[in-house]
Amino acid sequence: MTTTDSTGRVATPATTVRTRAGRAPARPARRRTSIAKRLELLLLLAPAMIMFIGFVLAPIAAAVYYGFYKWTGFSPRVPFGFGNYKRALHDTVFLHGLGHNLIIAVLSVALQLPLSIAIALLLNRRIPGRAVLRLVVFAPYVLSEAITAVVWLLMLQPDGLVDHSLRAIGLGSLVQQWLANTHIVLYTLFIVITWKYIGFGVILLLAGLQNVPVELHEAAAIDGASSWQVTRRIVLPLLGPTIRIWIFLSIIGSLQLFDLVWIMTGGGPANASDTMATYLLEHGFTSYQFGYGSAVAVILFLVCFAFALLYQRFALRRDTEGALTRIVG
Amino acid sequence: MTVLQSPVRPPLAATPPRRRPFSLGTPFTYLAAVVVIGITVIPLLFTMLGGFRTNAQINAHPAGVPHPWVFGNYSEVLSSGIFWRAMFDSALIAVTATLLVLVFGSMAGYALSRYDFKGREAIYTLFTVGLLFPISAAALPLYLLLRQFGLLEHLLGVALPEAAFSLPVTIVILRPFMRAIPGEIEDAAVVDGSSRLGFFWRILLPLSRPALTTVGVLAFVTSWNQYLLPLLVFSDPNNFTLPLAVASFQSQYTQDTARILAYTASSMLPALGLFIFAERHIVGGLTGSIKG
Repeated sequence: MTTTDSTGRVATPATTVRTRAGRAPARPARRRTSIAKRLELLLLLAPAMIMFIGFVLAPIAAAVYYGFYKWTGFSPRVPFGFGNYKRALHDTVFLHGLGHNLIIAVLSVALQLPLSIAIALLLNRRIPGRAVLRLVVFAPYVLSEAITAVVWLLMLQPDGLVDHSLRAIGLGSLVQQWLANTHIVLYTLFIVITWKYIGFGVILLLAGLQNVPVELHEAAAIDGASSWQVTRRIVLPLLGPTIRIWIFLSIIGSLQLFDLVWIMTGGGPANASDTMATYLLEHGFTSYQFGYGSAVAVILFLVCFAFALLYQRFALRRDTEGALTRIVG
Repeated sequence: MTVLQSPVRPPLAATPPRRRPFSLGTPFTYLAAVVVIGITVIPLLFTMLGGFRTNAQINAHPAGVPHPWVFGNYSEVLSSGIFWRAMFDSALIAVTATLLVLVFGSMAGYALSRYDFKGREAIYTLFTVGLLFPISAAALPLYLLLRQFGLLEHLLGVALPEAAFSLPVTIVILRPFMRAIPGEIEDAAVVDGSSRLGFFWRILLPLSRPALTTVGVLAFVTSWNQYLLPLLVFSDPNNFTLPLAVASFQSQYTQDTARILAYTASSMLPALGLFIFAERHIVGGLTGSIKG
């Protein structure tokens, strides 16, 4: 009963087990195990598949379907063709919302990335208290955007903590109507986003830095390279894959931005901080335009999807063998 | 959370990095560290300490410390039923979503990692495509669907979709992990009379505990912080989760800054506590599942 060959590690012994239990195998073992295997697969996969199809794929498919109708949720649906899409693409409020998403995305890459790299390099030095520093920098990331929004809302109140602190260090002239000025509100939100998410980039980059072998530093130092040269020519190129992944996640996050904006400004004042997602909620949900909202949701999804495909194709492909690269080919 | 790392480490990391000697660093390094810490910590301190102050104190010196210390705000928050109910709702939903993901995700992970069958890669690909679906794009039709099922105002109306949206990252992390467990262990189990499901339950799951912990912590934190979905599903304040409760408390008591700060600080603590307790898993999970 122990004579199993190494290849048939499941099928053959399964029969042996039954024999030992006293039941003779009535049929050829292979067919029976095949049926048993199918049942097991069904049992193992069905719950996850049903949940995934039901709550992830079906809603997306439903959005595509509803998007072609004029529908307020209670009235009957009226076919509307591409009417909803035309409306969204001609609505300057929506287009500005999309523009705000893109501004946040560009700012994230242009400002948060260098800042994350600088902090990661700082924390990678063996200075005392480094472990605590890492913990602290990462802490805001685990707070919900809702909590972050409320905290900053109070700090940014007129004459609040931020205004007082600026005056105290002699920068009183910078004081603004942070959330009420249509020209400033988006950048204020960007600062709050940076506060919350900078730790995530730092942690990723720190993990990437762990993979830079010390030998390279030493070799470069022997060759007379300055520490700036080492960073520029050795460390940053080796961080390439991590940086590219961070950029991907950061842009996807910027395109989906919702919680923080919704709580802090509701997209206002005068739509100056609307994003695609806040626009979607305003029109699709709050005013019950389910057909129109679905079309906006599809556009939001397509923007993310298109970006993901392009990015995977042109930026990530060379350094990952991940799940997504396989989809894209 | 998009691209999985193969269990085989890249060759560069094959030799463990040697520890560099402690250097004291330049004054500039310290200055930079102090600034970074300050900017990170001040909002947290402002919130926690602000809860111990009166509105008059906060308005006069927003950056000050409590003088004298006032405990009324916190005691009011901590003795209010609605705060604890929100905390309980959040916990119940997060635990439900986490359990659903762990049970169903590990079952699917097992099938997709150690069974040989036609269509396996197709199913895996389907799950990985789910990584690209933002919950915000699905939220509106999800709301309509839940309304149809009568799951509005129900904790499952939030926990089920949250679990479903956590499945892709769970399977992407679990599959390579389960696949890396040597076949010899499976052989040995079979020789000892174990069935395939017995092997899964008695051997593979216990061996996968590190990966399961990571996946579980990630699912829990994601659910705990989720705002949009509960916002759509719950309209009755009695059902609110913490993020909803904090936001609605803020808009309800706009003028009472001290009380909002106490409320917000109280609802921060579970997340910060969990973070200190499970930092390794959160960080490990995020970096492990993303690193290229």
